[in-house]
Amino acid sequence: MAYDEEQIGRLLRLLPPAPEGWVRAAQELPAARAALDELVALAERDAAFRLQLQADLERAVAAAGYEPSPYLVSRLRRLLEAV
Amino acid sequence: MAVEQSDAQLVARCRAGDPAAWNELVERFSRYVFAICSRGYRLAPHDAEDVFQEVFARAFERLSELRSDEAVRPWLAQLTRRLCVDRLRVLARDAPATAEPDEREVDDLLAALDDAMAVRAALDEVGDPCREILDRFFCRDESYRTIGEALGLPAGTIASRISRCLEKVRTVLHGRSRGPAPS
Repeated sequence: MAYDEEQIGRLLRLLPPAPEGWVRAAQELPAARAALDELVALAERDAAFRLQLQADLERAVAAAGYEPSPYLVSRLRRLLEAV
Repeated sequence: MAVEQSDAQLVARCRAGDPAAWNELVERFSRYVFAICSRGYRLAPHDAEDVFQEVFARAFERLSELRSDEAVRPWLAQLTRRLCVDRLRVLARDAPATAEPDEREVDDLLAALDDAMAVRAALDEVGDPCREILDRFFCRDESYRTIGEALGLPAGTIASRISRCLEKVRTVLHGRSRGPAPS
């Protein structure tokens, strides 16, 4: 497709940057996923930790030394609900 | 000029566990997903942020289910659309006046976004300083003065630089549309 310069400018305007914090959080997903796996393993072998998660999920995650990011909290909550 | 990796190459690197590849994938598609949420479905910022994060979370978790690595963009578009519609339906339960946009309008926007992504890829190929100048002017809506101050350039030269940079992007796009020269 051939574009003139006005069209190029118009098309560029369609793609403003997403907020930096959103992009950073998405880029940190692999680390958050690794943390999720570790927390699930901990919950499987430690009944007290499981109870802490059920009582106050965000506090339990933080107490275990992990950042309770929205991704981590939502995925853990989903897993707990499924149990 | 920089050589851009194809979407398929980037996805293949993600699958292989290359830690830098995921960052690049998010970087490449963040504007695209953001535009669908905010421009296509007109979600409020906090709803758009939730959908944006959920799109990339699901993409990360389900990348292995993608049948064709080169189809990552339409796959992300479909995922984003579905999550935006889900969010609007939840919002409509609390506020029945919440309207879902006409899906044909979203189709039109997606077609335009595909063209816009091709232009961005050409811009990446042209590289800096053109990439930065055009991004600041068109995507970030910065004035000549702000761009000049940020890049240490006289504000009076920005308009002509924008014009020259647009011409470079146009040349790259023209070359692409003609395809590779026969061997």
